[in-house]
Amino acid sequence: MTPSVPELEAWSPARDFWRHLRRSPLAVAGGALLVVLYTVALFAPFLAPYAESDIDRDRFFHPPTPLRFVDEHGQWRGPFVYGTRAGADQSYEVDRSQRYPLRLFPRGARYRLLGLVPTDRHLFGVDRPGRIFLLGADDTGRDVWTRLLYGSQVSLTVGLVGIAISFSLGLLLGGVSGYFGGWVDTLIMRSTELLLSIPGLYLIVALRGVFPLELPSQQTYLAIVAILSFIGWASLARVIRGMVLSLRQAEYVLAAQAMGASSLRVIVRHILPNTLSFTIVAATVAVPGYILGEVFLSFLGVGVQPPAASWGNMLIAARSERVLTSFPWMLLAPGVAILLTVMAFNFFGDGLRDALDPRKAPVAGGRL
Amino acid sequence: MELGRPLRQAPGVEELRTYLLRRLLQTIPLLLGISALTFLLLQLAPGDFLATMADNPQVSPAALEAMRRRFGLDQPWWTQYLLYLENVFLHLDFGESFSRHLPVFTVLKTGLANTLLLASAAAVVTWALAIPLGVVAAVRQYGWPDRALSFLAFLSLSVPEVLSGLLLLWFAASTGWFPVGSMRGLDHDLFSPAGRLADTLRHLVLPALTVGLIPLAGRMRQMRSSLLDVLRLDYVTTARAKGVPESQVILRHALRNALNPMITLFGFTLGSLVSGSFVAETIFSWPGLGSLTLEALNTQDQYLVMGSVLMASVVLIAGNLVADVLLALADPRIRHG
Repeated sequence: MTPSVPELEAWSPARDFWRHLRRSPLAVAGGALLVVLYTVALFAPFLAPYAESDIDRDRFFHPPTPLRFVDEHGQWRGPFVYGTRAGADQSYEVDRSQRYPLRLFPRGARYRLLGLVPTDRHLFGVDRPGRIFLLGADDTGRDVWTRLLYGSQVSLTVGLVGIAISFSLGLLLGGVSGYFGGWVDTLIMRSTELLLSIPGLYLIVALRGVFPLELPSQQTYLAIVAILSFIGWASLARVIRGMVLSLRQAEYVLAAQAMGASSLRVIVRHILPNTLSFTIVAATVAVPGYILGEVFLSFLGVGVQPPAASWGNMLIAARSERVLTSFPWMLLAPGVAILLTVMAFNFFGDGLRDALDPRKAPVAGGRL
Repeated sequence: MELGRPLRQAPGVEELRTYLLRRLLQTIPLLLGISALTFLLLQLAPGDFLATMADNPQVSPAALEAMRRRFGLDQPWWTQYLLYLENVFLHLDFGESFSRHLPVFTVLKTGLANTLLLASAAAVVTWALAIPLGVVAAVRQYGWPDRALSFLAFLSLSVPEVLSGLLLLWFAASTGWFPVGSMRGLDHDLFSPAGRLADTLRHLVLPALTVGLIPLAGRMRQMRSSLLDVLRLDYVTTARAKGVPESQVILRHALRNALNPMITLFGFTLGSLVSGSFVAETIFSWPGLGSLTLEALNTQDQYLVMGSVLMASVVLIAGNLVADVLLALADPRIRHG
């Protein structure tokens, strides 16, 4: 523990933690980005101008429509987009005679806000027959921006749900393994070795083979989470076991045992909380692995299936040479989204690690 | 390694043999466990495998009958498992690939060879970049090259392989400088042997780059810190005091010892490269173990899926074994442990 710092306010671990975290601009940026991303995912149907699978066969592979403010005569018109006509060879010509002003809170597809409130208002949109494709359209004329928002609901939650399951498993099994030792320990540790000696991606494929190839998207989601969690707990359990081994003889543990606490209570209430700072950091850094796991499963063609959107299946839709060269927004939109998310988790996790490290240097008034 | 020799005993052959034997024995339960898991997953796979195959007009009844006999598919599960073990480990018989009408092992052999070729090329990419960059970063510690490299390394940890692979594919497709897929050009067979080699190498560049870039950041940072550790040692100071030029101090005195820990990392990297090549193989249609596995999953070719999982695990375990042996060669404490 750090000694009291020469400042007026009293020292506390929480305050110390915040002070440390705030000192790292990357960690703060990462954390802020995560808050934004998850908020966006929560309000996806409202922020998206269209429904998740609103197909427009006349506008497949439509390029992004730039938002304009000034018309061709140099006159200020407020935000609007031009209409487009299909030209030869999958290109689209801008039709300057048609202007579609950007509307705020227009009526559109029906949905339930936060899954509860039925409404048909969206943040923005343009009047039909105009179309606003902020990030272009995909091969069936669906709005990429809309699908990116809906996809974030899958991709961002896969990590959280997966972590919740695999970390509960890893903590409990690692705790039991280290606390009891003996054959329980041997059994659990041999299982983790087994899981860790099969190359991860191959194990994912083998496990995916257990489920029928074609599943409704909700069940696919559950299957993905189950597969990734089944793989994810092993490495955590090993680290937790090591920590428990050293904590097992701590005085407060002996005291709890002497007072007659049950083994499970000692593990869950006394020992595991002491591994918390490690666990939080490990969880933060592990989330991207689950997001990429979903991408990988989509990549194999056995992830969340269209028409439901996920960042994985959007990225995979850009796989072909023709799409990459002619319609690069198909790759860039989900690619940048994944990159930003992974980066946010890494930066935030890195900052957390420093701020939660008990051996860190104390923050006095200024830099040391 | 050569430098350390005179100070300690040369590695005893006897000791090393015992160590190697012990490590080899440890892999046996591991292999049994993995085969049990793959067998279990085979059993759990949906649908009646035999019924599906019997409905498939492509599968001859004779092949099906042979399979039934060899793997005891009409027997209780424990007989089936024992037969599976016997076939896999004693006869290298992983069953029949029904989508390819070939024994699984024959299919796997080619796939594994291609994957190992890709992984080795990727290892060349990783190490050829990691060592010089790590040295530059260490020599110019806290200078701009070090800062720039640290930042790039940190950034690259966030780029998923699928994305970097697709970006390279985009690059290949838009410039036309590199082929966008497969392992050989269409007219490969018409070339002279040298031409064939060049053709394969050209196809190898982008997949190897995709795979090799994954561990690069980590290895570079390790090289940097390893060299920094050595540069602090007394004998380096002595060399400098004697008036040896700085480039000589680094290349001849420090680097040799700094490379020592990197050698042991090599084995671990090889194992992870095999797993890492999965994505690159699929993006660039490289006919390796990964693409095979994927194809097998989609054609419900269960025995091929499980065979390749087993094979990939063997490579990973072998890689770790090599790493441990190298470590034992370099560090006598491990051999005695």
